[in-house]
Parts: sequence; C-alpha cells; structure tokens
Amino acid sequence: MKHYRAHLLVCAGTGCVSCGSFKIKEALEKEVLKRGLQDEVQVVATGCNGFCERGPIVLVQPDGVFYQLLKVEDVPLLVEEHLLKGRPVQKLMYVPPAEKQPVPKMKDIEFFKHQRLIALRNRGRIDPEKIEEYIAFDGYEALAKALSEMTPQAIIDEIAASGLRGRGGAGFPTGRKWALCAKEKRTPKYIICNGDEGDPGAFMDRSVLEADPHAVIEGMVIGAKAIGASKGFVYIRHEYPLAIKRVEIAIAQARENGLLGEDILGTGFAFDLEIVQGAGAFVSGEETALIASVEGQVAMPRQRPPYPAQKGAWGQPTVINNVETWATVPNIIRRGAAWFAGLGTETSKGTKIFALVGKIANTGLVEVPMGITLRDIVYGIGGGVPDKRDFKAVQIGGPSGGCLPAKMLDLPVDYESLTAAGAMMGSGGMIVMDDKTCMVDVAKYFLNFLQDESCGKCVSCREGTQRMYEIVKDITEGKGKESDLALLEELALITKDASMCGLGQTAGNPVLTTLRYFRHEYEAHILDKRCPAGVCKSLIRYVVLAEKCTGCQSCKKACPNDCIKGTLKDVHLIDQSKCIKCGACKEACKFEAIEEQRDEAIQIV
Amino acid sequence: MAGTKKLTIQDLAKIREKTKSLMTIRESEGRARVTVHMGTCGIAAGARDIMDILLREIGTANVQDIIVTTSGCAGLCNAEPMMTVELKGHPPVKYGYLTPAKMQKIFVQHILGGQMVVDLVLGVGSETMY
Repeated sequence: MKHYRAHLLVCAGTGCVSCGSFKIKEALEKEVLKRGLQDEVQVVATGCNGFCERGPIVLVQPDGVFYQLLKVEDVPLLVEEHLLKGRPVQKLMYVPPAEKQPVPKMKDIEFFKHQRLIALRNRGRIDPEKIEEYIAFDGYEALAKALSEMTPQAIIDEIAASGLRGRGGAGFPTGRKWALCAKEKRTPKYIICNGDEGDPGAFMDRSVLEADPHAVIEGMVIGAKAIGASKGFVYIRHEYPLAIKRVEIAIAQARENGLLGEDILGTGFAFDLEIVQGAGAFVSGEETALIASVEGQVAMPRQRPPYPAQKGAWGQPTVINNVETWATVPNIIRRGAAWFAGLGTETSKGTKIFALVGKIANTGLVEVPMGITLRDIVYGIGGGVPDKRDFKAVQIGGPSGGCLPAKMLDLPVDYESLTAAGAMMGSGGMIVMDDKTCMVDVAKYFLNFLQDESCGKCVSCREGTQRMYEIVKDITEGKGKESDLALLEELALITKDASMCGLGQTAGNPVLTTLRYFRHEYEAHILDKRCPAGVCKSLIRYVVLAEKCTGCQSCKKACPNDCIKGTLKDVHLIDQSKCIKCGACKEACKFEAIEEQRDEAIQIV
Repeated sequence: MAGTKKLTIQDLAKIREKTKSLMTIRESEGRARVTVHMGTCGIAAGARDIMDILLREIGTANVQDIIVTTSGCAGLCNAEPMMTVELKGHPPVKYGYLTPAKMQKIFVQHILGGQMVVDLVLGVGSETMY
C-alpha cells in the first residue's frame, strides 16, 4: 500500500452527501492534482462522521484537523494553505456556539470528545467501499478467531458474558437469543439483520450500514457459526439507497475474498448473505412482520411464542438482530466480553448510538456509553437548545417512546431507567424539543403516525390508535372535553394490553408520557382553550401590534389568502375570518410587529 | 491487494501488516512525526525536494508508523529548508540548511535509529507558548 503523508477524509454519509460532499471530494481531487500532490495526499470518502449539522465535513489526518460547512469555493484555499504550506485554515474550522476561537482538532470538539465508539468505530475513518481498509483496522480478525479457535458454545458464552442486549429497542439479551436458537436441532437455520429503521428522525442503522458494512457482515457470519446457520438476510428499507449500495459492494467483496460462501477463511464453514429490500412500512421493523416480509408475505406480525429463535423464517429457527447489534458483535469477540462489560451500567452494557435531532445545536449521530445522563447528551455533546430557547422535553425511543421533561435530565440512559420513566431505549431516536413545542401537538403527531402505520391486525391497535388520534386532534382544535383525559388514558392502556406486537403495545406511550409530565398543557387546551406554546392553529390568532407596525406592506405581500388590509405607511389589519394561520406574515415582518396571541381564551365557534 | 484470491487467516494478518501505515496516519499515532516547514521561504529554498526524498525514503525503508506533515515558516528563514523531528516521548528537534544528502542521513540515523545527528541540529525543544 502506498504511503501518503496526508489523508483527506471526506464524509460521505447521506446527510453530507445531500449537502454536496461528493462535489467537495471531486474538487479536492482536482485541486490536489493541480498542485501536484497526488502522490502525497489521498482523498477518501468515508461513512457518516456523525456531526451532520456541520456537513460537508473533511478531516485531515494525521493532523486531526476538522473542517466543516465546506463549499466548493473553499477547496483551493484549503489545499494550498493546509497541504502545501502547512497552515491549517482557521476560517473553515468549527467555532463553538457563543465562542469566537475555532477548535482546530476533532478530538477537542465537545461533540466528539465525550463519545465512545464501538459500533461506529470505523466511521469517518475508512472507505466503506474498500475491504482492505476494513481489514487494516482489525476487520475480520474476530471472524478468524471465531471460526478457528472458538466452538459455537464458546461464541455464545462470550456474547452472553458481555451483557450485550438487542439494540433494536426491546433490549433482549443477545446471548440468550442465540442460545435458544442454537438448541434447536432442525436445519436449515437463518440469520437476519433488521435494518428496517422507521422511526421519524432516526438514522442509526443507516449510518452504520453506510459507514461500516463489513462490520455488520462480520457480525452476522460469527452469529451464523454460533447457531449453525447457512444463510442470512440483510433487510434494508429501499429508501436507503446508499446503504443498500454499500452493503451490496461489501457482500460482493466478502464473497470474492472467501469471507462469505463456501469454506470461509479455509475453515470449512459455509454461509452466504442476501439483501432484502423493504417497502418502508413501520411495522416491518417488528421481527415477526419482518420475517413475513423476507418470506414474501405481507409484513404483519404474528403471535409470539413461538419466538423466531424456534420458529422463524419459513418456520425454521432464526436469529434476528438489529444492525447495531451485529456491528457490535465482532468487537466483543475480538476484544473480549470483559472489555465490553467494563463499559456501561449494571444491566446495560457497552455503548448505544443515538440520532440527536430536533431543537439541538449539534444535530448528528452520537455513540455514548450506557448510563450517561440525558443532560450530558443534550448539553455536553449536543450543545444545548439553539436560538436562546429553553429546553422543554426530549422524546426518546421513536413513536413508541415517550417525552421526558427537564426535571428528568439527570436520568441515566439505560434500558431500565428509561422504561421506568415511561419512555424506552427504542432503537435510539432522540428528539429535543424547546419551549415553542406544544406537547399535545407532539402527541397528535405520533398518534397520527401510529394510526397510519398500524397494520390493522389487532382491533385494539387499529381502532385504539385512531380513536386516540381523533381525541387528541379535537383537543388541539379547542373541541376537547374534560372527560377526554381519562378516556385517553383508558384507551392507551387497553391498546397496550390487548395488542399483539410492539407497535400496539407501545402505541399509548406518547399519550401516557405527555399526560404524565405535561398534563397542564392538555388542561390549558381543554379548559382555557389556549395553546401555551402557540402552536395549535385553532387556538391562536395572528394580530398586528399597532405600535410596532411601520406599514411596510411586507406581510400583505406574503399573505397567501389576501386577508391583510392596509395602505403604505398605515398600520395593517388581519381579517381573522379569512386568516388560515399559516404564519407567513409573521415570518415576513422585519419589525416583530406580528404576534400570535394565545394568552386569553379564544372563542371557538 | 487482496485480489480475487480466497483469503486464509494468515492472509488477513499479512494484509494488516501491509496496511499498517494507513492506521498510523488515520489514527494520527506513530513512533515519529516529521514536520517539513513549507512556508514561502522553505519552498523557495527547496523544501519540496526534501519532502519528496523523505517520502521516498519512507517508502524504500518500508516503515509504516512515521507521520509526515507540513507546517508554515518556523521563523528562521535563513536556515531553510528546515524540518522538525519528534520521536515519541522526546522533545522536538529542529534541523536546518537541509540538502538531500543531509536529509537521508537524518532519516537513517535519527528517524529510524533514534540518534540525533548532532552536527546538523539547530535546536532542541520548542518556543514557549504564551
């Protein structure tokens, strides 16, 4: 392999690609060539670096300098100054909010400093489309160890001893799942990777598949050896084209190099993988529904037990684990159960990836040790709430999760604590909300999602989610009754108790946690006909503040419904009977002269 | 590289050995870090050739854990081309008035061998940062 003195690691995760990182890569290559540095400097496309808020991103190694928010025009300067003259370019570096001095090195940036990478260890470091780079960073070493030195039982014991629990949401101990399946005598057995990531705002699985597809493959082959499977499926939703492409490339490379197929690594073990593309239904993420989809059936869950470990794909014993779980497995085999168990809490070991989104300064993908507090994630890594707003809640665990308020910020993030608080680990979506978020509106959003995604098999889920949605929708429109809250709670609990799969069993969570922590907001909507956050359109009205209005007519031009009256330099007036409450006038006003009024009750007619 | 040949366990180790430099640089951890000063003065005095020779020597010696980087003018333009050699756990050593021959000597004796080439050294340590 050629010795380059510098490597330019260009983030090519989906987030950065959509901001134009491939164009940056092209420009870098062109500029490096123009400066005659092509034999000294290597340009590499890597998987998601994690700091999506700041894309496109380039990391210069070995200097460790982190460049962000790059534009094609910045490239000549970067190459000339940094690579030719050795002067890192300050103006392209990251400047923390409320500070003036840039932080040149990636390892010193708060966002990266507190993370511990296991499943994402190769993110932003290797080219995911080159198997030799994966091998260079100890790739397939765990597989070699598992196939040549370990018995299936030893592999299962190691995974069990590590305390690894399923990263897809439910947190079932991985070692125990494998042991159940290994016990089954019937063959063939199957291995499935669940990459059907459907939570709004979540992109953990996508990033792992894009950044390090070989880690997932290696984990699956190790799992196959442990349970005695000969065939596996990687289930990826078809909305993830880049992930599919990289996994396809990785599977082809693994086959070519004898890491999949017959006689793997000359040990006689045979196993092969196939990609199955999902059509994007949320319920397909449920393991029995996903298995049905792999078989070519409609993605609907079925009753458990029997669990897939006993009766899975085509009725055969099947182990199904999430992307992140599979990517963690090789690390445990390579470095040992004790190393992994040394991180985290009593019952939740290792690390967890979270997609940090919403009203947060540093949107991105983070991997943190279990047991870290929500505060450390939101403020330490995430940089807090932007625009000087106040933190209101963090929604954890996707539509099945719950909203936790500011007083829960010191809660340690582990499976048990989150469940006790009414939320759940889920697959790792974390949506931060500020004081301009209406919690009833949030509950309505998730309920709408769930009633849409409910497969309809269980009456409790099909009708329950729909009725809950209708009630909450009425509340946001000022049509709520006092008795609605008790009815909502009852419906949520019934849906939970009477539904068969995880979707229905957790569908009440958005309602139950918002009621538990933000009951006063529901009451304000119902009793006072008031939306404290100023979000619910029926409960607010836009008015012009006469003392601030300059009569510039900006709002009048912006109004899509022609309901603003007023001549130039005169105070304008909004016709409430025609106003559709789109807020365009408020956005257009440069003098803060338009306000949404919500303090007094608004008569609903 | 790996090619289309089926890998064995021994092959994996071989690939890892061959690609070690990749890890050294991407992890930014090596036994030595060599900085060639490439300000305008350095480039004018021939720092480019020094860099080429350094990279060639590293290639020939087939060592994997030496990090080469560039930096701007070190302030002593008169002594260009210059470079700084930092071995793990030792203070930085600055060399000046470099020529290809001197560069080769420093590479073998200091960077690989760990012994300073005393008669070529400009100074040991670095300025105090304020």
